[in-house]
Amino acid sequence: MLRYLLARLWQSLVLLLLVSIIGFAVLNLAPGGPLSQYALTPGMTQAELERIAHQMGLDRPLPVQYLDWFWNLLQGDWGRSYRDNRPVLEVIGGHLFATLLLMGSSTALSIAIGTWVGVKGATKRYSMFDYAATVGAMVALSIPTFWFGLVAIYLFSLKLGWLPAGNMYTIGDGSLGDYAIHLIMPTVVLALVNVAVWSRYMRTATLDVINQDFVRTAKAKGLAWRRVLFKHVIRNALLPMITLAGLQIPTILSGALVTETVFTWPGMGRLFLDSLGYNDYPVVMGLLMFSAILVLIGNLLADLLVAVADPRIRLG
Amino acid sequence: MSKKTVKGGVGPTRRQALTMMGLAGASGLVMPGLLGKGQAFAAPPDKPTGQVIIGFSQEPTVFNPHMPHIEVDEGIHFSVFDPLFAVNPEGKFTPALAAEVPTVANGGISEDGLNWRVKLRDDVTWHDGTPFTAEDVKFTLELLVDPQFRSWRRTGHDLVRDIEVVSPTEITWRMEKPYAPYPSILAATFIVPKHILEPEADRNNAPFNNAPVGTGPFKWVERVAGDHIELAANDDYFGEGPYLERLIYKYIPDLTVLYTQFKTGDIDVIGLQWITPDHYEEAKELPGKAVAVVPSATVESVTFNMERPQFKDLAVRQALYHAIDKETIIDALYYGLPAPTETYMPQQSFYYNPDLPKHDYSIEKANALLDEAGWMPGDDGIREKDGVRLSFSNSTTAGNHIREQVQQFMQQSFKEIGVEMTISNLPPAVMWGEYWMMSQFDSVVVGINFLTGADPDTSDYFRSTSIAAQGGAGQNTWQYANPEVDELLAEGGRLFVPEKRKEVYLKIQEIMRHDLPFLPMFQYATVRGHKEGVEGVTPNVNVRIDSWNVGTWHWA
Repeated sequence: MLRYLLARLWQSLVLLLLVSIIGFAVLNLAPGGPLSQYALTPGMTQAELERIAHQMGLDRPLPVQYLDWFWNLLQGDWGRSYRDNRPVLEVIGGHLFATLLLMGSSTALSIAIGTWVGVKGATKRYSMFDYAATVGAMVALSIPTFWFGLVAIYLFSLKLGWLPAGNMYTIGDGSLGDYAIHLIMPTVVLALVNVAVWSRYMRTATLDVINQDFVRTAKAKGLAWRRVLFKHVIRNALLPMITLAGLQIPTILSGALVTETVFTWPGMGRLFLDSLGYNDYPVVMGLLMFSAILVLIGNLLADLLVAVADPRIRLG
Repeated sequence: MSKKTVKGGVGPTRRQALTMMGLAGASGLVMPGLLGKGQAFAAPPDKPTGQVIIGFSQEPTVFNPHMPHIEVDEGIHFSVFDPLFAVNPEGKFTPALAAEVPTVANGGISEDGLNWRVKLRDDVTWHDGTPFTAEDVKFTLELLVDPQFRSWRRTGHDLVRDIEVVSPTEITWRMEKPYAPYPSILAATFIVPKHILEPEADRNNAPFNNAPVGTGPFKWVERVAGDHIELAANDDYFGEGPYLERLIYKYIPDLTVLYTQFKTGDIDVIGLQWITPDHYEEAKELPGKAVAVVPSATVESVTFNMERPQFKDLAVRQALYHAIDKETIIDALYYGLPAPTETYMPQQSFYYNPDLPKHDYSIEKANALLDEAGWMPGDDGIREKDGVRLSFSNSTTAGNHIREQVQQFMQQSFKEIGVEMTISNLPPAVMWGEYWMMSQFDSVVVGINFLTGADPDTSDYFRSTSIAAQGGAGQNTWQYANPEVDELLAEGGRLFVPEKRKEVYLKIQEIMRHDLPFLPMFQYATVRGHKEGVEGVTPNVNVRIDSWNVGTWHWA
């Protein structure tokens, strides 16, 4: 087990190094640059832009810039944002909570509902419920989140006035109830798509298991259906879901760009897009490394969890 | 300069604001809702009350006013800091930290423009209680040219020499050469505190940059990154106001969402980039909201690279101008909001030339001009002369849908006169990078604010020594070179009396209208709005941001 972990860790480090080199190159090779947004400012000159670029070290050769960045990273210094001048880790940390809250609640909701819908659809195959769930999932997957979010705002905020039109909390309030009421719409909008995905996977996984011999045997030896379902079917059907959930971890933390935009939610998705828009290299690199690490951790965690849940699997 | 000093304030007094709104209202421009309903203006409260939330579609992130920043950042700067003197909507300077605006008339500026003497107020304190003195002004002017400091802009400041603090309320300096735009630059130069910034070893990364301390009507409270910035009333403010207890700048990243939150009332004032033109018809009918079309200083033009052989012939540029159906473009594509123009100077400016020849849409005249100049159709119907085909590319920001339609419309029109225009649009970071700055384009559709504040000087754009592609320092991306314009610009830069300067700039506009290095299309107008009951929201064409006078805003 320990050997396995060490090998995985070593692989991960090599992978991270590659990701950082490729990411850095792609970012810097894209034309434009952090200063192009200032070009149309009244009175701005090429000479002034060049001076500022020099002061920021942007006129150095790319490999030098990369090594400089990497060397600082090794010492725990992720650099400072070009946009607001704060340390990168502080910038990322400042957006983590919002994303965790939204993605956490919506993922929990969609896994719970998705599992239920999937299992029920599989056990009552070709029933009205199954058809409705299938069609519902198709529709939910096809609706653009942006549009669905705006319609929800139009209906529940503008027409009915039940829910706030966005934002994480009322400025100056910020009580638990205030957070909760702001959370409802974005959570549901975001969960809608995920429920659809999740329920389809769960349905397929359950169907795979339900036709296996051991299920028939369990039924034949007279076990109650409920017991067969929970003890044998669902437990086995959840195994591939664990892997899937592990792969979802990075998504949870990298945010939901569209939902965050519609509901003005200050999360990681917005941060990533804004930082890209400003060519804020240090933050984009920070986010890139951050999500690469999460992907690696998520995969490792999923493998470990499957081993724990399924005694037949031995790592090593 | 105006002798009429506003009592203790940066912004216009209520009466000035009323007069202005009345005038504009008569021309059907500003706040028809408010005036139409005949609401009386309420007096501001005795002490700061309530809060206003301003929505921006970009996030303010740079709070040190002297570091590279974008427009929305200036909203915070105007709230937290003060300049020596500010510029009001009529383009007049009003004293802020200075006791009076220095002019040639009052001896603040010497006749030759070389020696400056500024008298300062003695009743100003920084938000931390430290008194403001002439030392802070000296520190700010020196910081701007400090080679270690990542200064936003040095133009003008790099001419300042021998700064001397005569007393805590008086400062003098000498200019290396006369530079008439300097008052306008100073009006946009916010004074920063010496006692906080001087001890910092690295001023580029000072804590001050994320928690600014100023002298302005509002004090820094906090920033929730990606969401909003909160400011609180500065009870010790020396000028008029503040009348609001709390001021919030809310970041709403999408224009549709920004407008929706304006409709739902989640924001009180819709700031940059305001209401999109396609929502204007609906917005002006919204109950409880005051919505108005406000001209901005940005002028849209079709810009030529004058070094391209196709554009060297004046007849070609004139013909292309004749072939553009400006009226249809404005009415059909821009919802009739912008005002057509013949010049780069905003029509609100004191220096605007109203007597330029009017644009005349005429395919016949365009064809006649080209025929006369010897540009004859080739086998493919495209005109050519001496081996040069009248074919060129046109570029602008990819994704700007209205402009893309304008391009297609022009493409059709140009075809009618035997001119081929291809469209090649680029993402913003590429478009406005070296492609623009180093004149690598054939032609471009672009909106430019040519002025620094209210000053008419455009040397950075029109002088032959400002061509970056030829090693110059400036943004003369047309590569336009005209000795007469060079001469006039130099003259205008040496004159300090507005009436004398005006003649020079009227002449320059006349020449530009004749030479047509760019085809002036229209002056942009934006659709702005706020809740009825927020008073004091006054447009100012001379600044880049709505909240320039936020200290005087209040609820009715």
